[in-house]
Amino acid sequence: MIRKLKKWVAPALLLAAAGAQAETSSTTLETVLSKGYLSCGVNTGLPGFATPDEKGQWSGMDVDVCRGVAAAVLGDAGKVKYIPLTAKERFTALQSGEIDMLSRNTTWTLTRDASLGLNFAGVSYYDGQGFLVKKELGVTSAKQLDGAAVCIQSGTTTELNLADYFRSNGMKYQPVVFDTSDGTAKGFDSGRCDVLTSDQSQLYALRLRLSKPDQAVVLPEIISKEPLGPLVRQGDDQWFNIVKWSLFAMINAEELGLTSANIDKSKSSTDPSVRRFLGIEGPKGKGMGLKDNWAYQVVKQVGNYGEIFERNIGESSPLKIERGLNAQWSQGGILYAPPFR
Amino acid sequence: MEQKMIPAREPPVNSRGILGWARENLFASPSQSLVTLALLYGLYLFIPPFWQWAVMDASWTGSSRSDCTTEGACWAFVTARLDQFIYGFYPDSEIWRVNLFFAQLAVVLGWLMIPRIPGKKMALVIGLLVLPVTSWLILTGSLLGLPPVETHQWGGLMVTLVLALYGMLASLPVGVLLALGRRSSMPVVRTFCTAYIELWRGVPLITVLFMASVMLPLFVPEEIVFDKLVRAMIGIVMFQSAYMAEVVRGGLQAIPRGQVEACQSLGMGYWQSMLLVVLPQAIRLVIPGIVNTFIALFKDTSLVLVIGLFDLLSIVQAGLNDPQWLGSAVEGYLFAGFVFWLFCFGMSQYSQRLEKH
Repeated sequence: MIRKLKKWVAPALLLAAAGAQAETSSTTLETVLSKGYLSCGVNTGLPGFATPDEKGQWSGMDVDVCRGVAAAVLGDAGKVKYIPLTAKERFTALQSGEIDMLSRNTTWTLTRDASLGLNFAGVSYYDGQGFLVKKELGVTSAKQLDGAAVCIQSGTTTELNLADYFRSNGMKYQPVVFDTSDGTAKGFDSGRCDVLTSDQSQLYALRLRLSKPDQAVVLPEIISKEPLGPLVRQGDDQWFNIVKWSLFAMINAEELGLTSANIDKSKSSTDPSVRRFLGIEGPKGKGMGLKDNWAYQVVKQVGNYGEIFERNIGESSPLKIERGLNAQWSQGGILYAPPFR
Repeated sequence: MEQKMIPAREPPVNSRGILGWARENLFASPSQSLVTLALLYGLYLFIPPFWQWAVMDASWTGSSRSDCTTEGACWAFVTARLDQFIYGFYPDSEIWRVNLFFAQLAVVLGWLMIPRIPGKKMALVIGLLVLPVTSWLILTGSLLGLPPVETHQWGGLMVTLVLALYGMLASLPVGVLLALGRRSSMPVVRTFCTAYIELWRGVPLITVLFMASVMLPLFVPEEIVFDKLVRAMIGIVMFQSAYMAEVVRGGLQAIPRGQVEACQSLGMGYWQSMLLVVLPQAIRLVIPGIVNTFIALFKDTSLVLVIGLFDLLSIVQAGLNDPQWLGSAVEGYLFAGFVFWLFCFGMSQYSQRLEKH
């Protein structure tokens, strides 16, 4: 029996070894260029971040990050193959090479960065746990929530964060626990609790499920750090840089005032930082193995960070999420991208 | 003396017609009457509000949740996305291929089901051998010169049917072979079949699917990219064939040993006696069990949502997360449940007909 097993296992191991070699022989950039499209792992459905519409077209914040990278690398934001992934599969899909990058609302943590063989290429959305309250309560800050009944989803880190927050502020609360996020929204709607807590990006989506969405407000406090960003495989620094700087290009473009609408006109700009951005002068694209106008393509086809935010989750979307932490550093947020130099 | 036969008189009014039926079946005793009244009251409480919500106040068309009224059901969610629920992300210009797949499925099923049409054996052979091949060729389009459509663009009802169809077609023969193997007198074959069946029956389907989608890619080299749908399909077939084997074995055990001995005395070999004498009887005996397994398989296909495949249920769920349609969960799930019920009910009806004939 054992001998039989060995007979089968040995060639399998050899094959695996051959696979590992093949992995190092061609870079992700070369693979993407030769395939002609980018394989991008996204959520199977998260409001505002990745959802398919009636026509099967994907849209959302995370999806636009994929499109941005495709625009930078291939010059066409449409050349993306979206691979919908569940939370459990996402890292394996990237590790095994099934996808070229992962853009699926994944929180950047030490463990994930250090032990998965993957790298976070930046932060595309600063999320964090927040509170939703009924307007009629007249509450304007989470500090006023002493004694409140709080609807919460069981078995999540939000439960722990909530306990920590109330204890460290010397306040009491009464948890009302549900096992799904839909359940928490129903409980809040039917008046079983005064407050609903969850990650802020989800609070806005949950608010839309209430019978009177405009009667509830999201409080400004954020009690946990949930920076979400795209990931790539470790050990391919060129590709890591490409994904990282595609994101930086979107953020820098907003800071420079470049939008998908005005970027064509700005080609004649004399502002040196704009000219560097467009690849007319300065570092251009050679260092990353891209065309000189890669950043132009990102903004022209996908838009700057502000446009992407507005379109998918901001004021012009049903979710109406405020910029908050995700505003530019010069506007009171913490969005800060290194300069194009 | 009366010379003529006295014509039979009609039974008394209260044991005739609807009244009689109700008296006999619903109000036969005081306790029965009470239960009937309680149930009727329950239905009265449930049905009118549901009717009001699902039909009277419902909105049928619209392009977002805001087009719907707040009182009634928002079926607009289903109507707007119906194409996607059926065809997934299959390219618009190629949808006729999916329709062709549905059509040939319907033709073969109709052929098998309608008693008047002759050539059932032919239909069975086509259903088992030709249909899977042609369906795959049509849907992927790789060999026929059609533009190829990768399986990640498949979705909705079509994926559910593809998974169920291939699951059923493959698990029945594999299950029969395993059942025969488990009763074989050859120790190696018997041990292998028993081990296989016990292994697969001992793990949950979700585990199998996770293994297929999460572990398998790590073990094979990068160039060999197994299609996710194919991986899930293989997992489902492996899993269900173990169950099928046990169902078929139940039937095999019901056939008296004397029949096999009779075959042997007539000079029939193993395969002849099995195929011509034992299996036809055994399978007929376990039709309810087989259909039961098929129905379970059909519903189990919705588990592929845990590995990110868009079957009917998960494509409805993905639609629910569209910011335009947030809050349409009840309508979406009702629709998915109704479609699943239609198929499963159809299957059980067909099996009842099979048993009668």
